[in-house]
Amino acid sequence: MDIGQVFTFSALGSQFLVGLSRAMILFIVCSGMSFVLGVLRVPNVAHGSLYMIGAFAAFSIASLFGGSSTGFWLALIFAPLVVALVSLIAERALFCHLYEREHLMLLLFTFALMLILDDLVKLTWGAEYKSFMAPPFLRGSIPIFGSPFPRYNLFLLIIGPLVAIILWLFTNKTKIGKISRAAAVDREMVGAVGINVSWVFGAAFVIGCYLAGLGGALVAPIVSITLGMDQTIIIEAFLIVTIGGLGNMWGALVGSLIFGLTQAFGVLFWPQFAIVFPYVAVVIILIWKPTGMLKSVW
Amino acid sequence: MFRNIFHLKSFVPIVGVFIVLLILPPIIPRFYTYIIALMFVTGLLAMSLNMVVGHGGMFQFHHCAFYGVGAYTFALILTKTTLPMWVGFVAGPIAAGFVGLLIGWFCVRLSRLYFGMLQISLGSLIWAIAFRWYSLTGGDDGIHGIPMPSILSSLNCSYYFILIVLAICLVGIYLIFKSPFGTTLQAIRDNPQRCEAVGVNVRRHQLVAIVIASFFAGVAGVLFVVLEKSVFPDLLFWVLSLEILIMCLLGGWFTFLGPMLGAAITVALRTFVGIYTEYWTLILGVILILLIFFLPEGVLGYFIDKFKERGINAMQEEK
Repeated sequence: MDIGQVFTFSALGSQFLVGLSRAMILFIVCSGMSFVLGVLRVPNVAHGSLYMIGAFAAFSIASLFGGSSTGFWLALIFAPLVVALVSLIAERALFCHLYEREHLMLLLFTFALMLILDDLVKLTWGAEYKSFMAPPFLRGSIPIFGSPFPRYNLFLLIIGPLVAIILWLFTNKTKIGKISRAAAVDREMVGAVGINVSWVFGAAFVIGCYLAGLGGALVAPIVSITLGMDQTIIIEAFLIVTIGGLGNMWGALVGSLIFGLTQAFGVLFWPQFAIVFPYVAVVIILIWKPTGMLKSVW
Repeated sequence: MFRNIFHLKSFVPIVGVFIVLLILPPIIPRFYTYIIALMFVTGLLAMSLNMVVGHGGMFQFHHCAFYGVGAYTFALILTKTTLPMWVGFVAGPIAAGFVGLLIGWFCVRLSRLYFGMLQISLGSLIWAIAFRWYSLTGGDDGIHGIPMPSILSSLNCSYYFILIVLAICLVGIYLIFKSPFGTTLQAIRDNPQRCEAVGVNVRRHQLVAIVIASFFAGVAGVLFVVLEKSVFPDLLFWVLSLEILIMCLLGGWFTFLGPMLGAAITVALRTFVGIYTEYWTLILGVILILLIFFLPEGVLGYFIDKFKERGINAMQEEK
């Protein structure tokens, strides 16, 4: 392979956009995980399963409408809500009774939730591959930098910053967002001023899970939806929130960008080992700064 | 020293159990021999994890990384080199201990939860290497049919080998548990600030504990290869690490033999439930939730508590 051929401006540019759109999906999922980590201080192991449920639910809703545009939009709205509902039930029925216990128990609870949800997904949707098409106006590709770029990825590039802005507005401008940020820093004090900490934790958990579902619903049209998809995303999410700084939303964004871009450029330089590049980047960052790039909330 | 540690009263039943385990294999069917050997391997892994989690109070979230490193080192030495088996047997645990030192060196500097998160991340990197490096580790297929010397090729022989190594390791872990180092570690778990104040080097103790636990996890990994004659990336996967945590919880964190019991129960349940249904993980999840809510001190911990309560009640009645 000729090096000069690979490093053309258009190839670099389009790979950059591919990496960016991948980073947007990762960001949406990881911001949810980071949010839960920041407020509850628990790595939500079930996050990947909720992402998977989001994708499967989006498939079901979209196929109800036979792949039309309406089906896609409804899937995008309702699939994350299904996930939020599942997490709300789990949280209010079981999880909320454990907040006083030690963290290890909370972690093991989310693990139990993951085990149960994975098998419930298998029971509900079966073990076969599922896939559905994006609506007609998001299919195909348009030329950018002289090479074709999928329209759906462009759509992701719009959605990602939108989610980031909404999250920023939510955590900085609304009351519950401010309370949850305060709970992340000093939960005793939040309880002392008369706020029901249990509800704050519950809300944070459900919002985090909603974001996992949103990520799953967004990614559903461009991947094959399978039972194993939770395992890969959860490892990536763990790595991203760690390199970004635990509980830091912008850390999740930075981490996702690093992860997505190194993977995309890795495809260009060394296709067989593309997956290794993000991991190498993670190792370098962790050796350089074991506590993550940005300040952790705890 | 030994007289204080090994009481004759507790010595007799242990030797009894050991003799029963020695004469079992020729009597029971092969399948059960295999299951018991698997319980030993998993139990040793759970015991080694409990050294840091139960006795040390650290969030060792990715213990299987060390288990897998031990297993892979042993398997690679047997398949890729012509070195004799004992070299692999020594190298496996040492490699695991070395990886434990590397990962632990970064982790002990951080707060407890960050410790756990960083460990999951670094452990996942090792998993990614094993999963992707096809030419060395066989990628997601792993390595199967690892050639064993003739003394370990039959199931009964590997059973005895595993049993003897397990017995040595348990004695070792027990001695560490009862040694000044072990008691200091438990003191650190209960109150790190105070330990720091009386002049204990908390981080160094924690790091040494991680290295020792990784070493024993590596031994368990080697034993797994002896039993199964294959390795695969699932050995390093974080899901297995959390399953081992469940075993510790199930048996009892703060007891010595609890993790062994938890591992035995889990392996037995998985085997026999697996015959009837493919939804084993669903059942495991439900068991775990029940455990968290109703039996947080574990099966053995529960019985020990009951026992103590009865003793206290009896003493009060005597008065």
